[in-house]
Amino acid sequence: MKWPAMGYARAKSLAELWSALEAHGDAGQIIAGGQTLLATLAFRLSEPGTLIDITGIAALRGISSNGQVLRLGALTLHADLCSDPLVKAHAPLLAAAAPLIAHPAIRNRGTLGGSLAYADPAAELPACMVALDATIIAASAKGERRIPAAAFFTDLLQTALAPREIIAAVEIPLTGRLGAIEEITRRSGDYAMAGLAATLALDAGRILAPRLVYFGVGKIPVFAAAAAKALEGRSLDLASISAAQQALADDLDPPHDLHGPPEMKRHLARVLTERVLLGFLNPKVQAA
Amino acid sequence: MNEITPASIGLSREDLPNSYIGRSVPRPNVPKLVQGRATYTDDVTLPRMLHAAFLRSPHAHAKISAIDTAPAKAVPGVIRVFTGHDLAKFCDPWVATLDHLKGMKSAPQYPLPLNRATWQGEPIVAVVAESRAAAEDGVAALQVEFEALPAQTDMETALSPGAVVIHPELGDNLVFTRTAETGDVAAAFAAAHKVVEARFVTGRHTGVTLEPRSIIADYNPADETLTVHHSTQAPHMMQGVFAKQLRMKEGDVRVICKDVGGSFGIKVHVYPDEVAVAAMARIMGRPVKFVADRFESFVSDIHARDHRLKGRLAVDAEGRVLAFDIDDLTGIGPYSVYPRTSAIEGNQVVNLCGGPYDFKNYRCTTTVVLQNKTPTCQYRAVGHPIATTVTEGLMDLAAEALGMDPVEIRRRNLIRDDAYPYTSPPGMRFEGLSHHASLNKLLEMVPLERIRADQTEARQRGVYRGIGFASFIELTNPSPFMYGIGGARISAQDGCTVRMDPDGSIVASSGVTEQGQGTEAILAQIVAHGVGVPVNRVKIITGDTQTTPYGGGTWACRGAGIGGEAALQSAIALKQQILEVAGAMLQATPETLDIAMGEITDKASGKPRMTLFELGRIVYFRGDTLPKDLQRELVQTRHFITKEYPFAFTNGIQASWVEVDPATGMVKLLEHWCVEDCGRVVNPLLVDEQVRGGIVQGIGGALYEHCVYDAEGNLLTTTLADYLVPMSAEMPEIHVGHVETPTRESLLGAKGAGEAGTAGAPAAIMNAINDALRPFKARVHEQPFTPERILRALGTIA
Amino acid sequence: MIPITLTVNGEKVMRHVKPRRHLIDFLRLDLGLTGSHAGCEHGVCGACTLRVNGKIMRGCLILAASLDGAEVVTIEGLSESGEVADLQAAFVARNAAQCGFCTPGMVMTAAELLAEGGSPTRGEIREYLSGNYCRCTGYQAIVDAVEDTLRARGATP
Repeated sequence: MKWPAMGYARAKSLAELWSALEAHGDAGQIIAGGQTLLATLAFRLSEPGTLIDITGIAALRGISSNGQVLRLGALTLHADLCSDPLVKAHAPLLAAAAPLIAHPAIRNRGTLGGSLAYADPAAELPACMVALDATIIAASAKGERRIPAAAFFTDLLQTALAPREIIAAVEIPLTGRLGAIEEITRRSGDYAMAGLAATLALDAGRILAPRLVYFGVGKIPVFAAAAAKALEGRSLDLASISAAQQALADDLDPPHDLHGPPEMKRHLARVLTERVLLGFLNPKVQAA
Repeated sequence: MNEITPASIGLSREDLPNSYIGRSVPRPNVPKLVQGRATYTDDVTLPRMLHAAFLRSPHAHAKISAIDTAPAKAVPGVIRVFTGHDLAKFCDPWVATLDHLKGMKSAPQYPLPLNRATWQGEPIVAVVAESRAAAEDGVAALQVEFEALPAQTDMETALSPGAVVIHPELGDNLVFTRTAETGDVAAAFAAAHKVVEARFVTGRHTGVTLEPRSIIADYNPADETLTVHHSTQAPHMMQGVFAKQLRMKEGDVRVICKDVGGSFGIKVHVYPDEVAVAAMARIMGRPVKFVADRFESFVSDIHARDHRLKGRLAVDAEGRVLAFDIDDLTGIGPYSVYPRTSAIEGNQVVNLCGGPYDFKNYRCTTTVVLQNKTPTCQYRAVGHPIATTVTEGLMDLAAEALGMDPVEIRRRNLIRDDAYPYTSPPGMRFEGLSHHASLNKLLEMVPLERIRADQTEARQRGVYRGIGFASFIELTNPSPFMYGIGGARISAQDGCTVRMDPDGSIVASSGVTEQGQGTEAILAQIVAHGVGVPVNRVKIITGDTQTTPYGGGTWACRGAGIGGEAALQSAIALKQQILEVAGAMLQATPETLDIAMGEITDKASGKPRMTLFELGRIVYFRGDTLPKDLQRELVQTRHFITKEYPFAFTNGIQASWVEVDPATGMVKLLEHWCVEDCGRVVNPLLVDEQVRGGIVQGIGGALYEHCVYDAEGNLLTTTLADYLVPMSAEMPEIHVGHVETPTRESLLGAKGAGEAGTAGAPAAIMNAINDALRPFKARVHEQPFTPERILRALGTIA
Repeated sequence: MIPITLTVNGEKVMRHVKPRRHLIDFLRLDLGLTGSHAGCEHGVCGACTLRVNGKIMRGCLILAASLDGAEVVTIEGLSESGEVADLQAAFVARNAAQCGFCTPGMVMTAAELLAEGGSPTRGEIREYLSGNYCRCTGYQAIVDAVEDTLRARGATP
């Protein structure tokens, strides 16, 4: 269907953005790459009053590292995550995740901030942010606030962003931890039937502070606390992996979807758990 | 770009004129396609053109209680709103039955229903506006009250007491049933060494042409003519339909169909929204365009293959087939689709099961019932993938029960290559097939020993691979026995007019149509061959009822076999006519002359005598110099229809090599092979990728595509993110081989090639998956073979 | 109505557009560039793939209003430039187009793969094209055409 009638405004700076948001009130809807928003408008399920285009705001761009954190502007493209050398060096999990997102033409326009703000529970980047223990830098006319990724995704397609607040950037701590992502999709580029983004540290073979975050299996990216507890401090081997798989029963409450019943998603999550964790035993594992 | 010259296709002058047939000549249509210079229906803009959008039923079954059009009329840009009652004053309903399908019944269907919606997505109210966006705004503003009614969605209960009878005037939901029975089935099963049986399901899926259904209807009140630009496979048939339903003379309707963005059977049916567009244009006296958007395509394009089958197979100790016993049930939606009807698919299942094999005892019943879902009708390889799935699934079960190799059981039962003509148990007459030659050719291509060794070795590593085979037959080149005898005005005959213009160039107009198969390319090859000119001197006209000979269009793989033969005969006739004229000019008998590469030559020596350019100059501009009584019309028309056999059957065999991940239920397609026999191959380049495309559509049905409904009859897969089509990353490399058994019904000898891939692929993949799963004693027979279904078969999930 | 000034196929274009106009309708309806096709209008099929500011994107997922100052190249412009004349010739030679509705988007996507200049395998070519739906071919002829072009340009597998 054709998009509904709506307004459009460009914000060239944060100051312009705050006044535009003020002016349009609840009718204002932020648009960045629009790769999800515009597709949903074609379903005519929502009718935004005015789209406020933030792609011209320079302050929301850029990838930098200060030695402590890697900072990714909200307008960072999925294609940037695929190829940027700083991302490759400091957040290889994101470099591995980005090529799993849709297809080249989407990655050339879709943004990190947009993906996080849309908060699709089957999407890769929200899960990666939780696994990486990233901080979402939210901004509004009142200033900036920092939200841990684990607290950012609140419900199905819902985030901790307040009205008239946007994602300005994310910060990823440079920890040198290991990371991996794996997903099961029907076809290349599809949303995952189930996926797992994981980070952990290995200290003399012992697992420290594992963060297993499952996507496509719940209303939000699911941080598996029980599985993490089952792994914490143990050596990475078949026994500890099996313990984590068992513990997942407490972590996951997947919905039924077109791919299958909750039971199938639980099963696939266990398969992913084994595959991802066994992968950490592989010498080729990279830092997160 | 890609100038086609003798040299560019590897020909010397000496090869001509007999060299275009069988050559991989590049399609002359492709340069415009790769440069974005084609003309699809939506690319056409007419003066004063309006745009239509439809409010579609949100319910599977509902009474239309009230329609308030006023809010829609108030929307800026909206010109007019039409309800079912508005259109019924100008447009008659239709009933889709065929007389030769005994007892068949269906209800009258209007362009927009009068009182009741019978499927979710049925067009209910039309809004016509200055733009598509405004028309959609109008649809959003419409106030329509529905009173939801209980929906009959499950085909299994459609005939039960207590079923919702969708059209009470019909008495029940039974559209058609037929049983074919030959021999003594009961005795054969009683005497069998082994009996195998299984329940098969083929998933409801749809065509998803990338170009959606598109139409512009333009009524000119001044001369009382209706011109329809239409993305269709059958312009002449649609001309008749528009005329009949709108109470016009057929001669006052013209259907033009330029480039068509894929069809596969989807665009050969009468859709209520398209008839509504024609009716609205007639009423308003100005052009109205309608292009289905993707969401409405999913609920309004015909669906297909919604079948449940129970099959049994009896074999003797040597693995010989004694009997097939099959029960087929299919739900077709609330109406049989006009004019081909929705009973043909089930009827084809009855005609085709067991098709490749030589056996005596056969029973097959199809039961075709109504349901409140999108109507189903003919889609690529109508009934074939269903019949092949049952037949080949049962053959593999029998092989397993006997401990016999799946290739061996096929070899023992395939109809011998010297057994023709042969009549199959359900009465299909085969002129000449090549099952054994095809199997042998396939085994030359498939490295079976290496594959079996790899399979064994991989299992040791916990990697599960399997190979599956599927022999098939395919019905092509239909005669009037398909539709005409049932009373449908669907032409089985086709014509071609070939003319020579003054510069020696050739123009051929044909009743068959082009939707990407390469119809125009092969017609050009055939005409160039027949007349004796370079192929790039031939222009082809298709898709215009006013300028092409009456014909059936392109469907059921008839473009090459029927349209090609008409083209060949007319080209040969034109050549004879040219030689008559040349003989008069050169004072030679026509028999001593020939035409090669656009020149009149001396037949014996090959020496050039005169160019066609010169001949054209004299005929067209200096006719005064020719003998007064010389016939000089450089134009000839011939028609062709098959006469000896109702259908030209083709055959082939496919093999699929897959890897199944038992942990995830995912299937990876490793490699695929197909040998098919379409008779004379006019252009291998085109046929090979046709076959591959057909296989990929078969793969879609086997692994991905599924129209999923909830219990209330709501379609859940209405976007391309939910309805999964095959994409490049998951597709295997596909190897295609040919055996050629030309039909003797025509000089050209071509049979159809377009549906072979789709006919056999799902069965080959099913058998490959089950071969991979054999160590687990798990099997799947329900398409699509999703991870969920494979995990269930493995017992991983309940 | 939003005023925009942009470059389309090298020509400067000034228009006022409604925010609800997506780039494909802008090109097709306002500029008469019908080579880009609307296949799904929800970003999945790839028929509307074209180049914006040097990179391929989905035309149906871009607001025309957002393109002030942008450079847009459609299949018509790409063809006229001759940049992928070899690829297009390979499509013809391999019969990599049947109905042709997907073809402009397919060519735009393959053009970006060629422009990236690597030596992709057939599997990588398939992956790169995996966002472009073709219903007619088995994709194999398309992969063949892209591979032929890559090899002819000197890429080694």
